[in-house]
Amino acid sequence: MSKAEELGGGLATFVDERTGSNAWMRKNLNKVFPDHWSFMLGEVALYSFIVVLITGVYLSLFFRPDMTEVIYQGPYVPLKGVQMSDAFNSALEISFEVRGGLLMRQIHHWSALLFIGAVVVHMFRVFFTGAFRKPREMNWTIGVTLALMTIFAGFSGYSLPDDLVSGTGLRIAEGIMLSIPVVGTWASFLLFGGEFPGTDFISRLYGIHILLLPGIILALVTVHLILVWHQKHTQFAGPGRTNKNVVGYPLMPVYMAKAGGFFFLIFGVIVLISALVQINPIWTFGPYVPDQVGAGTQPDWYAGWMDGALRLFPPTEFRLFGYTWVMNIFIPALIIPGLVSISAYIYPWLEAKVKKDDREHHILDRPRDAPTRTGLGVMAITFYVVLAIAAGNDLIAIGFDLSINELIWWLRIATIVLPPIAFLVTRRICLSLQRRDREKLTHGRETGRILRLPHGEFIEVHAPLNADERAKIEAKVDVEALPEPAENDESGVRNPDFKKERRWSKLSGWFWRNNIEKPTDHEIEHGDEHIAEQVELEKPLREIEDKVVIGHDGSTLHHPGQPETNKEQYEQWVKDHPHPKSDPS
Amino acid sequence: MKTLARKRRHPAALVVLLLLGLLVTGGAYAVTNSLTEAKSAEQDQALIDEGRQLFLEGCSSCHGNQGTGTETGPSLIGVGAANVHFQMATGRMPLAGPAVQAPSKTPEYDEQQIAAIASYIASLAPGPAIPSAADLNTSEADAAEGGELFRANCAQCHQASFQGGALNDGRHAPNLTPVSDQLIFEAMLSGPQNMPVFSDSSLPVEDKQAIIAYINELREAPAPGGWALGSFGPVTEGLFFWTVGIAAAIACAVWIGAKVR
Ligand code: HEC
Ligand code: HEC
Ligand code: HEM
Repeated sequence: MSKAEELGGGLATFVDERTGSNAWMRKNLNKVFPDHWSFMLGEVALYSFIVVLITGVYLSLFFRPDMTEVIYQGPYVPLKGVQMSDAFNSALEISFEVRGGLLMRQIHHWSALLFIGAVVVHMFRVFFTGAFRKPREMNWTIGVTLALMTIFAGFSGYSLPDDLVSGTGLRIAEGIMLSIPVVGTWASFLLFGGEFPGTDFISRLYGIHILLLPGIILALVTVHLILVWHQKHTQFAGPGRTNKNVVGYPLMPVYMAKAGGFFFLIFGVIVLISALVQINPIWTFGPYVPDQVGAGTQPDWYAGWMDGALRLFPPTEFRLFGYTWVMNIFIPALIIPGLVSISAYIYPWLEAKVKKDDREHHILDRPRDAPTRTGLGVMAITFYVVLAIAAGNDLIAIGFDLSINELIWWLRIATIVLPPIAFLVTRRICLSLQRRDREKLTHGRETGRILRLPHGEFIEVHAPLNADERAKIEAKVDVEALPEPAENDESGVRNPDFKKERRWSKLSGWFWRNNIEKPTDHEIEHGDEHIAEQVELEKPLREIEDKVVIGHDGSTLHHPGQPETNKEQYEQWVKDHPHPKSDPS
Repeated sequence: MKTLARKRRHPAALVVLLLLGLLVTGGAYAVTNSLTEAKSAEQDQALIDEGRQLFLEGCSSCHGNQGTGTETGPSLIGVGAANVHFQMATGRMPLAGPAVQAPSKTPEYDEQQIAAIASYIASLAPGPAIPSAADLNTSEADAAEGGELFRANCAQCHQASFQGGALNDGRHAPNLTPVSDQLIFEAMLSGPQNMPVFSDSSLPVEDKQAIIAYINELREAPAPGGWALGSFGPVTEGLFFWTVGIAAAIACAVWIGAKVR
C-alpha cells in the first residue's frame, strides 16, 4: 500500500466506524445507471445550473443593486457623463473594468439560457417517453415547479442591470400585474414599493434572484435527484430488461467518470460560446428611463412565448358593475400561462385515469407507442413555437418585408390552427410507425432481396428481427379504453356517477382512438413459421462455394481487394459482424 | 410716472413686449434671409434652370409642373434642398411605382444633377438647406449626450443599436448602419415619410451633431463581447442558442452516452 492509499483507507475507516458509511457507500456506488443520451439531458441542466451558480457568485461580488442615480464616469465613452442608476453603473463596471467581468457576465447569461433550455428539453424527454408515470408522478410535479422557478430566476436576473431593454420588460411585468382584476394595483404597489419604477425594486429583485429562487431551485433539485436515486432510473426496453431490473453501468467507476467528463464538456461548450458570442450588450441599450422604449425590445427566449401571446391577443374589454374590465393583458399574460402550467402539473394523473392504469412503469414507452400523448406533446411545442415566433414579429416583418399587421393576423390564425394539425399529423405518424412495427413482428424485416421461385413466382425475402428490435416492439403495453358505463346496475339501481363516468369513458375512447393492437402470440408464431419457410427457400443460394467468384451478397461484380471466392467473402463478413443472430445481408 | 410704472407691471405688458421682440427679430431675420437667398439665387440661376429642366423631365409627372403636387405625389413647395438631396441621394426619388414606402436604391442622378434639382425646389419656397461642412463637423460633439438624445428621439423607431424597426402596415424605420453623416443630418431635417421632422428649433444643430457622433461611435467600435449576432438583441441570441448552444450540448450527450461496443 502506498502512503496515499494508507491515508485514504485510514480516513474511510475513521468515518465508517463513526457513521457506518461503508455499507451505504457500497450499496450506492454499485447502483446502476442505464445508458442513453436522452437520459443525460437532466445532467446538462444540472451542470449548467452549477456554472450559473459559480459565475453568479463572482458577479455578486461586484454588482450593486442600488437605484440611486449616479453620473457614469467609467471608460465606456458613449455613456460618459450620462445619468443612470448605480445598478446599471455597476453592471457597466463589471463589463468594462472588472477583470474577466464581461466574460463572467456572458458565461452567466449563456449558461442560464442553457440551464432553462436543458430543463425544457429534459422535460419533453420525460414526457415523450412516459417517464412521468407511476411511481414518478411526484418527481414530475417537482420538475414542473422547477421549470417555472428557472423561468422566474432567468427573468429576475435579466431585469437586474436596469438597462433600457430589461427595464421595458419590467414595465410590461408591472402592466401584467396591474391587469389582475381588483387587486392588481395594490399588488404592483406592494412589489414596487409605490409607483413604478420607484427606488426599491432592484434591491428587492436582487434578493429574490440571488437568494430566494436559487435556494428553492437547489432544494428542489436535491429532492428531485434523491427521488431519481431512490426510485431508480427508467430504461428503454431491450433484451433482458424488465420492469424489475435496471441494466446499465455501475455508478462507480464507469458512470462517475462519464459524468465528470460530461460536466467539463458542458462547461467547455458554455465557455467557448461565451468567449466568442456577445450576449445582452447593455451598454448599447443605455440606462432605463421610464419614458423611453426601444424598437425591437424582446425578452429572452424562455419568456418569448408569453410576450408573443401578449402581442397577438386581440383587444377585449367589457363593462361590469360600472367598471371597465380589460382582458387583453390578463388573459394572454396570466390565464394562458396559468392553464399551461396546470395542464403540465395534472397530466400524469389525467393519463393514468383515462388508462385506468395504476401499475408501476419502469420501462419507457417509445413515443410512437403512445400516439395521443406524443401528439399532445408536439401540439404543445407547436403552440409554444408559434407564440415565440410572434414575439419576434417586428424583426420578421422587417427581415421579410411584410406588413406587421398582416403578420399578426396570420400568427393569430396559426396559433389556433397549427397546434391541432400538429396533433393530428403526429398521431397519424405514430400510428403508421406502429403499424409497421406490427408488420415487422408478424412478417419479419424486409430485406429487399427478391427471390424467384421455381414455378416463376417472385417473393421478397423477410428476415427474422434481431433480439434488440424485437424486445423494443414487444414492449408496447396495450391498455383497454375505459368501458362505457351502464346507466343502471344489474338490480336496476341508477348509477349516481353515470354522467361523470361517461365523460371519462369518452375521453378515454378518444385517447385510445385507432389504437393498433399488438399481434397475438399466435400471429407472431405464425409469422415466425412463415419467415422460417422463406429462409429455407433461400438456403440453396446461401450455400457457400469455393469456386464461385461473385459477391456473396448477390452482386455480380467482384471488387478489387475483396476476398476472391464466395466462401472467403462470407467468412470475412462473419468476422466483421460478430453478432451471432445476424444474417448476412 | 406712477401710472407708467403700474402699466409696466400689467400682465399684458409682458405679452406686448414679447410680440414686439418677436416682430423685430423675425423681420430682421426675414430681411437678411431674403437678401442672402436672393444673392445665392442670382449666382445659381443657371443651376436652377438646369434643375427645373431635370424636374420637368423626371419628377413633374407626380409632383406637378410647378412642384405643387398631383394625386400621385405630394407638393414639394417649401420642403427644402436637404429633403430633395436626401430623397434623391438615397435613390428613393424618383419613385418607380406605388409602394407603401419609397424604397431606397442606387441613385439615378449624379450629385451635380441632384444639386440642380435641389436648388430649383429651394427657389420655389425656402426650406431647410443642404447641411454645410460646418454643420457636419462632429469633432466637437458629445457622443454620450448624442446617445441620450438618440434613445429619447430615435430608438423607439430605429432600435437602440439602430438596426431598424417595424412600423405599421409594412412600413419600417431603416437600419442606420450604412447611412452617411450627411444623409442622417438631412433625414432629421426633412423627416421622410413616417419619421417626424426634427427642425433646428426642436433639435439644435449641436444636438444633431451629437446624435451623428454617437451613431459613428457605436458603428465603428468593435463589439467588446465577441460576435454581436447582428445586434438584434434577444431574438437572435435565442435563435443562436437553439440552433448552436443546445445542439452542442446534445451532441456532447450523444457522444458521451454512446454505447461502448
Ligand atoms: C411615381 C411618382 C413619383 C415620381 C416620378 C417622383 N416622386 Fe417624389 N414622391 C412621390 C411620392 C408618392 C412621395 C411621398 C412618398 C413617401 O413619402 O414615401 C414623394 C415624396 C417626395 C419628396 C419628399 C416630400 C416630403 O414632403 O417629404 C421629395 C423631396 C420628392 N418626392 C422629390 C422628387 C424628385 C426630386 C423627383 C424626381 C427626381 C421625384 N420626387 C419623382 C412620388 C414621385
Ligand atoms: C416615428 C418613427 C421615427 C423616429 C422617431 C425617427 N425615425 Fe428616422 N426614419 C423613420 C422612417 C419610417 C424612415 C424611412 C422613411 C422612408 O423610407 O421614406 C426613417 C428614415 C431615417 C433615415 C434614412 C435611412 C435610410 O436608409 O436612408 C435616417 C438617417 C433616420 N431616419 C434617422 C433618424 C434619427 C437620427 C432620428 C432621431 C433624431 C430618427 N430617425 C427618428 C422613422 C423614424
Ligand atoms: C432544475 C432543473 C432540473 C434538473 C437539474 C433535473 C435533473 C434531473 C436528472 C439529473 C435526472 C436523471 C437523469 C435523466 O433522466 O435525465 C432527472 C430525472 C427526472 N426528471 Fe429532472 N431535472 C430538472 C427538471 C425537471 C423537470 C422540469 C421535469 C418535468 C416536469 C423533470 C422530471 C424528471 C423525471 C420524471 C425524472 C425521472 C426520469 C426517469 O427516471 O426516467 N425534471 N432530472
